[in-house]
Amino acid sequence: MRSSMVTKTTKSTKPNGGSGGAQHSRDELLRYYRDMLLIRRFEEKAGQLYGMGLIGGFCHLYIGQEAVVVGMQAAITPDDMVITSYRDHGHMLATGMDPKGVMAELTGRTGGYSRGKGGSMHMFSREKNFFGGHGIVGTPASLGLGLAFAQRYRDTSNVVLAYFGDGAANQGQVAESFNMAQLWKLPILFIIENNQYAMGTSVARSSAQTQLSKRGESFGIPGRQVDGMDVLTVKSAADDAVAHARSEGPMILEMMTYRYRGHSMSDPAKYRTREEVDKVKTERDPIDNVRDRLLKAGVDESELKTIDREIKDRVTGAAEFAQQSPEPDPSELYTDILVDA
Amino acid sequence: MPTAVRMPALSPTMTHGRIARWRKSVGEKVASGDVIAEIETDKATMELEAADDGVFGRVVVPEGTNDVPVNEIIALLLNDGEGKEALDKAPPKGPAPEPKPVKAPPAQKPVPIKEPTKPKAQSTEPAAAGAMVTQTVREALRDAMAEEMRRDPDVFLMGEEVAQYEGAYKVSQGLLAEFGPRRVVDTPITEYGFAGVGVGAAYAGLKPIVEFMTFNFAMQAMDHIVNSAAKTLYMSGGQMPVPIVFRGPNGPAARVAAQHSQDFAAWYASVPGLKVISPYTAADAKGLLKAAIRDPNPVVFLENELLYGRSFEVPTGDYVIPIGKARIAREGRHVTIVAHSLSVAHSLAAADELAKDGIEAEVIDLRTLRPLDLDTILASVRKTNRIVSVEEGWPTAGLGAEIAALVVQHAFDDLDAPPTRVTGQDVPLPYAANLEKLALPKPEHVVAAAKAVLYR
Repeated sequence: MRSSMVTKTTKSTKPNGGSGGAQHSRDELLRYYRDMLLIRRFEEKAGQLYGMGLIGGFCHLYIGQEAVVVGMQAAITPDDMVITSYRDHGHMLATGMDPKGVMAELTGRTGGYSRGKGGSMHMFSREKNFFGGHGIVGTPASLGLGLAFAQRYRDTSNVVLAYFGDGAANQGQVAESFNMAQLWKLPILFIIENNQYAMGTSVARSSAQTQLSKRGESFGIPGRQVDGMDVLTVKSAADDAVAHARSEGPMILEMMTYRYRGHSMSDPAKYRTREEVDKVKTERDPIDNVRDRLLKAGVDESELKTIDREIKDRVTGAAEFAQQSPEPDPSELYTDILVDA
Repeated sequence: MPTAVRMPALSPTMTHGRIARWRKSVGEKVASGDVIAEIETDKATMELEAADDGVFGRVVVPEGTNDVPVNEIIALLLNDGEGKEALDKAPPKGPAPEPKPVKAPPAQKPVPIKEPTKPKAQSTEPAAAGAMVTQTVREALRDAMAEEMRRDPDVFLMGEEVAQYEGAYKVSQGLLAEFGPRRVVDTPITEYGFAGVGVGAAYAGLKPIVEFMTFNFAMQAMDHIVNSAAKTLYMSGGQMPVPIVFRGPNGPAARVAAQHSQDFAAWYASVPGLKVISPYTAADAKGLLKAAIRDPNPVVFLENELLYGRSFEVPTGDYVIPIGKARIAREGRHVTIVAHSLSVAHSLAAADELAKDGIEAEVIDLRTLRPLDLDTILASVRKTNRIVSVEEGWPTAGLGAEIAALVVQHAFDDLDAPPTRVTGQDVPLPYAANLEKLALPKPEHVVAAAKAVLYR
């Protein structure tokens, strides 16, 4: 199986096209639509709350990249584990974390997943097997590998999805982690969300090898470049890769994706043109893509409208909760530093 | 009533901005998420999105206006079914009313610096369970790990040369043979990476012991020790404990020069979320390493290469010492000397010298550096009225500086002399034998400092 994967890497110089004519049920498509729309609307609301001064500090929005995490999540079980870096709200929602708890963490309130002490970049849910939310670029690779090490140690069949960006791919610890992952054949997928820009630096300006799926070659880790704007393509690549990780060991998936918004809330937007952004939005939007498929499959527009409304209500509810939930009590300053031994 | 569109804050520090362009015109339909304007700050141009559905009703602040304060009303949206006449019922111009505080804001009294709290662990030394054996520090550390690995299947050891080589300093002798490669894991030379693997394994509930060949190399891993291990319980609101031990030799060895000879005690001791241990005797090495492995928090366990081969009496049996308790290594009434690790040996040697002049020095072996056992230090100072701290680390912002500050703050009236520090010199450690000697604390420095605070 591994050799066939390697062949795919070397052959695939372009993102995978299409989903190979696989049949996708209406329910499956509706689920993707719903999950991606929840992330989109949630992030838009987060942007608005930021504008109102209710969210502070750094806030990295996932808008445009929804198909990556939704397609990947559809290929794993609730026992599998997820870890990512700081553009993390989409991952939390995709693992099933409650939008209220995520939004309340963004506003720094007690109802947040970290009771207001972590913020946008630092949230966790043991229940949903979501291990953060990490603010230091590149760390999900080695921390995720530790999660995978624990799966091997305990002889489970779980896999770990470790997400990081194109910028993080240049961090030394990512290469260190590739080496150990393949040396020990640990059950991990390194998912490089290549949204083309590390803050304002394009992949071409930062990377000697711009095909990041090839970064594992010298370690013998198979890699595959995937159209990360098409949830069905992501899901199909994820199915193969998850099976590979469970039985053989690590694999790299380079998700070709795009963020519509700035790197964080303050972004000069001078490193790319408006035309470039608009072109992706109109031609490759992951949500429009599924919406079109659903309409073609005969789903009634009114059904989609109902979903839109439902999601809007959920997000509005989350935003209300996030504003009503109280700030942490001052006594919280000195809690959670150490576990009582 | 029409919905007010207000000047948004687009970055953490924005207070004013310029309306660069309106992207919607009066009468146009607006859906939530539509871009309605471009806003410029000194740093960036940003798009402003509608938060609500409606019809663009009126521009309140025209295109090209500079220095519009955040929260000022800049446009009005008509809601479904509202006519233009509703615009005149719009909310008044000016900044938004202060949002209703959900909870009365706490009085902005400065929060006092919390002193290291007394450890909750038992305050008395455990009775030696059985007979004493003579052991080197190296053997005691090995036994501590072996006993804890027998006791708890989640405990494992990882690091460079820990398995087949049995430890660069032979601390893990015999562990591979007993526990096998699943639990005694040789890593590549990749400190940042394998420290992250250890922390990730601890996230998943295992109890890793991560050995650094020396703490000099852990500088590359400090990000995971501090950012990924120490802060995670707090950042997760108490959800994610990180039960992990980082251990290995710390501080100057002999003739290995600057890059291999640094005492990191003060660095780690400054980090909330860590416990930091630095033992001197083999008994403490064993009892505290066992406690560290059982502790649900990240523990930095600083050993000393020059002590590995020294022998001490060690209690047999399940000997566990509470973290956070100093040990009075020698009682005395004239001057308090506090030290940790190899400096305890220098301090005890100094005390012998001082005794010849009739000076009875009390030597405190700190053993744990975070949380610091302030009670034991203060009790001693209240008796002796004088204190000398001894460490191999650098003076600036070192442990001695911290101890002096705490003693001055809490026992000022008990002091008969300024607290005095004996430290490594403020230089990178030199290679040349004579210079190296000059750079490190020796018993005679401790003697001189003790006499100085006694004005002798």
